[in-house]
Amino acid sequence: MNFDYFFQLFLGGLTRGSIYALIALGYTMVYGIIELINFAHGEIYMIGAFTALIVIGVLTFAGWNGTAVLVIAAIVAMLYAAAYGWTMEKIAYKPLRKAPRLSALLSAIGMSLFLQNYVRLAQTANFLPFPNLIPDFAFLKPAARFIRPSEIVIYATTAIVMAGLTLLIKFTRMGKAMRATAQDREMAQLLGVDVDRVISTTFVLGSATAALGGVLIASHVGQINFYIGFLAGIKAFVAAVLGGIGSLPGAVLGSLVLGWTESFFTGYVSSDYEDAFAFLFLVLILIFRPSGILGRKAMEKV
Amino acid sequence: MINIGEIKKSLLSALWFMLLTFPIMVIRVNTIDHTIQWRWERLVWVGGAVFILSFAWRYLLRRRQASARQTVMDIQTRGLVSHLLQRPREIFQTPSVRRPAMGLALVFLLALPLIFSWNRTILMTNVLIYVVLGLGLNIVVGLAGLLNLGYAAFFAVGAYSYALLNHHFGLGFWTVLPIGAGLGALFGILLALPVLRLRGDYLAIVTLGFGEIIRLMLENWNDFSFGPSGIDNIAPPGLFGLSLTLQQTHTFIYYLMIALTTLTVVVVRRLENSRVGRAWVALREDEIACQAMGIDKTKAKLSAFALGSTWAGTAGVVFAAKQKFINPYSFTIWESIMILCIVVLGGMGSIPGVMIGGLIMVLLPELLKEYADYRWLLFGAILVLMMVFRPGGIISDVRKAYAFEAEEEEPHHG
Amino acid sequence: MKNRWIGGRSIPKILALAVIVATACIMAGCAQKQDASKTQKAQALPPIKIAVVGSHSGDLASYGIPTVRAAELVVAQRNSVCGVNGRKVELIIEDDVCKPEIATNSATKVVGEGAQAVLGHICSGATKAALGIYKESKIVTMSPSATNPALTQSGEYPNFFRTIAADDAQAKLEVAFVLDVLKAKKIAVLHDKGDYGKGLAEFAKRFVEADSRGEVVLFEGITPGAVDYSAIVNKINQAGAEAVIYGGYHPEASKIVAQMRKKAMTTLFISDDGVKDDTFIKVAGEYAEGVYATGPVDTTQNPIAIEAIAAHKAKYGEEPGAFYLNAYAAILALINAFEKSCSTNYDDLVNALRSEWVATPLGIIKFDARGDAIGVGFAMYQVQSGKYVEVR
Repeated sequence: MNFDYFFQLFLGGLTRGSIYALIALGYTMVYGIIELINFAHGEIYMIGAFTALIVIGVLTFAGWNGTAVLVIAAIVAMLYAAAYGWTMEKIAYKPLRKAPRLSALLSAIGMSLFLQNYVRLAQTANFLPFPNLIPDFAFLKPAARFIRPSEIVIYATTAIVMAGLTLLIKFTRMGKAMRATAQDREMAQLLGVDVDRVISTTFVLGSATAALGGVLIASHVGQINFYIGFLAGIKAFVAAVLGGIGSLPGAVLGSLVLGWTESFFTGYVSSDYEDAFAFLFLVLILIFRPSGILGRKAMEKV
Repeated sequence: MINIGEIKKSLLSALWFMLLTFPIMVIRVNTIDHTIQWRWERLVWVGGAVFILSFAWRYLLRRRQASARQTVMDIQTRGLVSHLLQRPREIFQTPSVRRPAMGLALVFLLALPLIFSWNRTILMTNVLIYVVLGLGLNIVVGLAGLLNLGYAAFFAVGAYSYALLNHHFGLGFWTVLPIGAGLGALFGILLALPVLRLRGDYLAIVTLGFGEIIRLMLENWNDFSFGPSGIDNIAPPGLFGLSLTLQQTHTFIYYLMIALTTLTVVVVRRLENSRVGRAWVALREDEIACQAMGIDKTKAKLSAFALGSTWAGTAGVVFAAKQKFINPYSFTIWESIMILCIVVLGGMGSIPGVMIGGLIMVLLPELLKEYADYRWLLFGAILVLMMVFRPGGIISDVRKAYAFEAEEEEPHHG
Repeated sequence: MKNRWIGGRSIPKILALAVIVATACIMAGCAQKQDASKTQKAQALPPIKIAVVGSHSGDLASYGIPTVRAAELVVAQRNSVCGVNGRKVELIIEDDVCKPEIATNSATKVVGEGAQAVLGHICSGATKAALGIYKESKIVTMSPSATNPALTQSGEYPNFFRTIAADDAQAKLEVAFVLDVLKAKKIAVLHDKGDYGKGLAEFAKRFVEADSRGEVVLFEGITPGAVDYSAIVNKINQAGAEAVIYGGYHPEASKIVAQMRKKAMTTLFISDDGVKDDTFIKVAGEYAEGVYATGPVDTTQNPIAIEAIAAHKAKYGEEPGAFYLNAYAAILALINAFEKSCSTNYDDLVNALRSEWVATPLGIIKFDARGDAIGVGFAMYQVQSGKYVEVR
């Protein structure tokens, strides 16, 4: 076995996994709180990337350049994505709190379709190049063959976001309220938790994370279009389920496992069935360990 | 009804949406040509549209809440909209109206190829194929409450079984029709077996994955499926050895589809009222209670998947025969979602609902071809709005009332 | 109760009906007036009806719209003089969104509307699905873009013609170029799993294998829309490929090329018509430099091509899109066939297409017995300082 090749595939898988993780974190948070597969989460990620592209376009047109543009674009994208997430929850999910979960899921699929086509019609169906504004770190020069600056930024962001969200959930008041809501929404409400606010906050946080992912991934890949969110969203969900849905470290772990699986499968077998294999993997995990790698066995509430 | 508070709320929503849609609606950056386009007029449209729509939204929400508080049978106090929707059904259910109406509809359907053009016949055939697909998916989603996002895969199984068996072994349509149905059922069971333990959302994502796996196999496994270039020259269905022109074949397939649709309706209606049908509904309403009542959950789920996909397999065979050419693009996830839209729009669990859903979803895009670009935008919006305001669909399942009665009767039996 | 309900509803209903009827009448009146002014010029002869069918909406619209524009421009120009043999040409435009099942629909629709020739369809799959219907209705069909070789080579469709060379011709050129000019021995063949890309890649693989000089070290489909292609890029590197032949479109090609170059790989990249698009260069930027792609023989110096492009710019204010010149050539060829045969009869049209040379933006062409255009071919291009330059 060629170790160099193995190592490169490992790094490729790490990048892929970190990319999935940035999207999966928000996914798993929302699912943890209201048990809804937010199909439109991938679309929020796409909208984040588009907003950033627009901001970058306007700023470069005004004569700005450099990393500052990327930072401003990322912040604006996160704000906007958060606003979209918040609004989406108010329109498509809040009225369905008490409805069967099937209805909420269908509503989410509808929202996903709607947002995709909204961007397609308002912007363009074509691929647009996304400028790479991540600086070339000098210390990375010797390792250029293995790793790129954008990859380092993605790894670091994933780690920071995961740690930040975990701390938030563990130690803040809002985090406590979130955990309470996730465990038993009605009980939490009775104990004075403002459930509506908790859910809104979850959507806002999850969406902002997705947008941050969108900006970084778009910088890494170098192009975006209206459809990037769909496949990425599904993959991220698969990753979240793999890791144990509702668990933040689980989402990251699941994403990495999925990233490595895909990378090694492509490297040693074939990329023809890359996606098919990812889905097959999901089915196998769900059959043999339905609660995922890090998830606890869910008790059915009767 | 419209007071200052309402206007203020609407104004706020309008402002919020103007802010929200500002970057994507107004600014168009082209990173290829390095140009920026500002489309300010769109901001005004968004503001105006949201201002008006938010009144409707709040009105409908209030109505929904109000109707949720009322008892089901209290029609008098129901609002205008549901009143209008309620009336036609009542009228339709009286036999003196129902029978002639059904008869008329049947005569119209039978005479359609004679009156209208080739194109209209094909279009109606498409509608019927989608109605059969919708009715099949309705068994899984509407009756048993198991969300299946990979239904197009079973459709593909049917279509490819005919295309391949015909290509390699020269098997005829009538031989393959039952084979296709059987294979559809087999694949349904194959999918259902591993996912029996999964509930709700997990099931949805696994069926989605299954659908994609089937499509990817069709795309990649060239030796088996001829890959993305598809299969050509599929034989048309035989009719007592007569040699038909293509147009006659299409007319024949149309009649075939009428027969098949009728058969589907009859079978599904029977199933609904059968033991297993009731088990499905029980399963949908409460899985745990259903198990506690002694219903074999495994059997109920397996049979729902198997019977649901049988219809997809059958429809697939007819589809392949009608098309004469198939490729994997006809069986993507969007196809599954479209069939799901038919079921949801028409009304989950309701047969006439699915028929109306099929009519709307197939004919509307055809009639509004100039707006074809807005088709999926509209489908998305419809899904959300239907779920929020009318989760039961255009024609909601009448069974709810029936189940209510049955519940009261149950103790006497037990 | 029943009556009250009907009565209660009838007033707004009648009102609405009245409004609709009134508007319809007004609109019909306008249409009649317009028609009257048109028919005065066109005398009594019925128009020649040519259907333009292709993807005009959805994600593949950018491949179908240029064909509609080409047809409209040519026909408008023709009708402004004396039409074809004194008859006006009328276009029937139908959208098939590149889906086979919609294509059969569209086909029967244009047949029902009396189309005498069809310009389309755009995608090979949709074309295959529709051709049976045109064949039976005896309608000449000419595609500007359906490149699947079987369409002409199978001999199933004598009514089919095209103004674009088939995939195998393109693959042959790519392989010959790689082996003869670039002298690469180890070749990786990749595709995007699509109809066009995979078909082309398979031909490329077959041609390389048939030649003793080259060896296919990797043959794989990539996943369109994936977030990252580093695994496949590593695999290319690992396989020791000196050249990559890629079948597919530019979005994926630019991602793969960029990732290869960022990894400091100098592997040659040869692709197809789907990549020979200026968007590729703009998206891939500096990484596009040195990439080879086959494309239709450069005919932009051809006077008809110059005229066609100028007409497009004048009307739409932008450069024409994909297959514009092929479609322009196709509509000219169709009109020429009507003109030369003095007929709308199927056999006469087919004869005229096969025997009469016609000057088009693609050069002077006619069609062989299978329906492929004689005189239409591919050339190899390379990106040099941000531009595609023909390599000889």
